[in-house]
Amino acid sequence: MTDAVTAQTSAQASAPAKSKGLKSQTVKPKADAMPINNPVFASLALFAVVLAAWEFLPPAMDVPQFIIPTLSQCITELGRMWQFEGLLGHFLSTALFTLLGFVIGSALGAVLGYLLGMSEFWEKVLSPYILALQIAPKVAFAPLFIMWFGYNSLPKLLVTVLIVFFPVLVNVLQAMRTVDRDLVNLARAYNLSRLGIFWKVEMPSTLPNLMAGLRIASTLAVIGVTVGELVGGNTGLGFLISFGGGQANAAMVFNAIILLTLIGIVLYAVLVRVEARVLHYLPRAEH
Amino acid sequence: MALEFRSVTKTFTTNSGDLLTAVKDVNFVVNEGEFVSVVGPSGCGKSTILSMTAGLYQPTQGEVLVSKERVTGPNSHVGFMLQKDLLLPWRSIVANIEFGLEARGVAKAERRERALRELRHCHLNGFENQFPYQLSGGMRQRAALARTLAIDPEIILLDEPFSALDAQTKLLLQNSFAKTISETGKTTLLITHDLAESVLMSDRIIVLSERPGTIVAEIKVDLPHRDQPIKRRMMPEVSEYAAQLFKHLKLEEKAA
Repeated sequence: MTDAVTAQTSAQASAPAKSKGLKSQTVKPKADAMPINNPVFASLALFAVVLAAWEFLPPAMDVPQFIIPTLSQCITELGRMWQFEGLLGHFLSTALFTLLGFVIGSALGAVLGYLLGMSEFWEKVLSPYILALQIAPKVAFAPLFIMWFGYNSLPKLLVTVLIVFFPVLVNVLQAMRTVDRDLVNLARAYNLSRLGIFWKVEMPSTLPNLMAGLRIASTLAVIGVTVGELVGGNTGLGFLISFGGGQANAAMVFNAIILLTLIGIVLYAVLVRVEARVLHYLPRAEH
Repeated sequence: MALEFRSVTKTFTTNSGDLLTAVKDVNFVVNEGEFVSVVGPSGCGKSTILSMTAGLYQPTQGEVLVSKERVTGPNSHVGFMLQKDLLLPWRSIVANIEFGLEARGVAKAERRERALRELRHCHLNGFENQFPYQLSGGMRQRAALARTLAIDPEIILLDEPFSALDAQTKLLLQNSFAKTISETGKTTLLITHDLAESVLMSDRIIVLSERPGTIVAEIKVDLPHRDQPIKRRMMPEVSEYAAQLFKHLKLEEKAA
């Protein structure tokens, strides 16, 4: 009897303590947000320091504008490019062909990866050539493509497709080789057809690798487009780089590089979001 | 007769081109509703017996019959379970249990209904929408059993399903499996290297020799409480049976 009473009172006593604990917990993250040991804060602070150094260090050290333009000079140049160089058109062209090359190249890579993954024979037949092509520097094909297809958008698209193709292909093929044999046997024992096994076991098993391949490919897509535009053509941020370089307009080159990076970051960020969505079933590592 | 092995021999060609006989002239019968264990040293072809029953590959000589029909390929009479739970990590638990029914033309609503029934059978109520990574090892094995039972097989093949679990989980899971299996009345073949486990869970034990695996003994376990291994565990006879198995496997000689 007395035990029950004390249990009750202690439960009552602990109730307000609990709510107090809860309150202090909700307050805590706010207190954490400001100090320097918060990585987001530290990262932003570093960014500000770099921007400030960029703005003030070159003039202080007498570095001329055509070597390192300051932040404000780049922003001014950005406005001029927008007004007189048709920056929006160049930007959109590059963004479009990055996306297009990424989609086409990774689709081809994934499809071929899955086909070869299902046929050991063809994998063995084709793998030496795939390896050779994978080692060959894909950007070196750009002048050839221009010779073949002329000064239009096709060469840069082809370079991008080619460069995106391999990481996706290799990742998918690797994943298909390492699908759990016991899982496949289980599916066989359940009378699943070959195609059923592919869609219900192999394809989902390889998704993490496919997504990793796509992430690598997204960063390479920007390189492919840039090289294609550098080598030939008169549109795109890559063209602005070679144009600006020819005029000793370093600010224009800086701006084009920053915008190219921006395109790559956006593509990458979208893929990370998609990956988190698609691979929700993987236990996330605690950092 | 739910399962019959008629003078079955299985020979593999190894990567170096040698012939390797996994099991040799194996004859045994498992009656309907019976729980039979196969024990033997590692590499004695225990899993070969399982794979041939499941129809994953054919015997080199002899034949395997399930419900008096010759096994020629994967078939719906047999459901098997391994040490690994083989749950698909991208599917929720209930979708995993439905997996075996999907290639059999069972309508979606009925699939779900049967899966939920087996889920309750295996005491996993409330976990249907969780993903495998959110479950403990023992719960995952129970989900795998539910998936095996969902296809309503005539025989359940268990290939060391408890060997990856810690001692306590193992005891509880053996008990829960034994109960579920005896409730459903399914014929069961358990492959194991755990001698005590075979005594606790089965009606009969088949002892295999080292490779090439041949049957050296068949021991009938004459004890009550097949559906409650934890109760059987308390019986003094259990150690006598284990000692018998010891003798047949010549473990003392090997230790010397």
